[in-house]
Amino acid sequence: MALFSARRGSGLAAWLLAGSLACLLLVLVDASRMAEERTRERAHGRALVARVGLTDLALFNEARYTRHLSQADRHAAFQDHPGALEHFPAGSLAGPARPSP
Amino acid sequence: MNTWIERQRGLLDTTVANLRRRKARNLGLFMAYVLLVFLLASVVLFGDGMRREARLLLEVAPELVVQRLTAGRHDLMPAQWLERIAGLRGVAAVEGRLWGYHHDAAVGANLTLQVPKEAAPAAGRVHLGATLARLRGLAPGDVLSLRDHAGQPHAFVVEALLDSRSELVSADLVLLCEADFRAFFGIGAGLYTDAALRVVNPLETRTVAEKVLARLPATRVISREEMRRTYDAVFNWRQGLPLMVLSVLLAAFALLAWDKASGLSAEERREIGILKALGWDSGDVLAMKLWEGALLSVLAFLLGYTLAWLHVYYAGAPLFEPVLKGWSVLYPRFALAPEVDISRIVSLALLTVLPYVAATLVPVWRAATLDPDEVMRE
Repeated sequence: MALFSARRGSGLAAWLLAGSLACLLLVLVDASRMAEERTRERAHGRALVARVGLTDLALFNEARYTRHLSQADRHAAFQDHPGALEHFPAGSLAGPARPSP
Repeated sequence: MNTWIERQRGLLDTTVANLRRRKARNLGLFMAYVLLVFLLASVVLFGDGMRREARLLLEVAPELVVQRLTAGRHDLMPAQWLERIAGLRGVAAVEGRLWGYHHDAAVGANLTLQVPKEAAPAAGRVHLGATLARLRGLAPGDVLSLRDHAGQPHAFVVEALLDSRSELVSADLVLLCEADFRAFFGIGAGLYTDAALRVVNPLETRTVAEKVLARLPATRVISREEMRRTYDAVFNWRQGLPLMVLSVLLAAFALLAWDKASGLSAEERREIGILKALGWDSGDVLAMKLWEGALLSVLAFLLGYTLAWLHVYYAGAPLFEPVLKGWSVLYPRFALAPEVDISRIVSLALLTVLPYVAATLVPVWRAATLDPDEVMRE
């Protein structure tokens, strides 16, 4: 154990590095448990999407053209002209629609 | 081998002693470094998580949605058009969708009223999204009163709440039966909001879309792939306002690193001079400084990344909620599913650790190659 004695600076550094690495590894290992649990939860959302025929996430519901981003009219969020500044904060996240390649 | 290890331990001992001597300065630098990694990793983890969630949820969305356009705007689609689409080769099924928006003055939010494809509620009854129910304080058996297209109050009995685990797609959703939908919005029989298509061969989706456009030029066809791309664009192309905030911190850290790179303090130079006078060679000095930079940046990276992971997956990314929320009153509660992506971790580590280590080594190399007498006399 003398190799990792915290009295020496190198021992302290080794302990700090090992501790930080262990913390990161612990959360990464827990990721598989969490992913499994949340995948089960997602199944409820997927079932609803299939049953109702939904097309979008319900994240930005402040305006009709931000609620269904994939269904909005072309340039709807930028009604004055493409690329114009948007009135709603969600507009800063959604760029003007681009034609498919 | 033992000698080499003991030598490195000796260098590390000196490095830690140096770091301790300038505790306040190094702690400040360390905190700024942790904050930078934390924010950068949070944005990346959150963006990845949202993109993945959108992709997996919309995997079962309609393969094609056809909207009727009148004067460039979305218009109601007559039932005859559905028949014309159904007659196309490659189309397995066509369903007219009924959905619309209603501004609910009581909560100041837009609701999405929709008729489900199957298991619709009975007449006069609705199924509510959990977020909306929470905001309006409604439970099964309560009455939801909304004003219809003619301004008349319409009372719906809440039959059930949609599963709260589906809030990301159902926050503002009100599911009702077709008759209620048509009466509420004043939409006559034989008209639909748009059409959802299922194709025989998913590989031919694009061809079917072209056929629809050829038969009905006044339409817009949106594929599932485009829906996915829309959310990719939202979360990928612009990772939103957090990056704007982050850019300020990035600039501040770049300034700090540049300051460190542009020269050592007189104290540090004197220290190097003494070490060289005591018999250290340039390689030892460089190795010591390499340890210093590596220790500081690796620790900051590990701590910053762990904190970012906890922030995004355990705490629900509260820092980004106001950004995504915008003016949305009905903001869903959702938890992202984590996915360990080694390449992402490595690229983030390279992006944050390497430049710092490199920035600290250059001035040390310059000082370490000077004559000790000259360095100490400066």
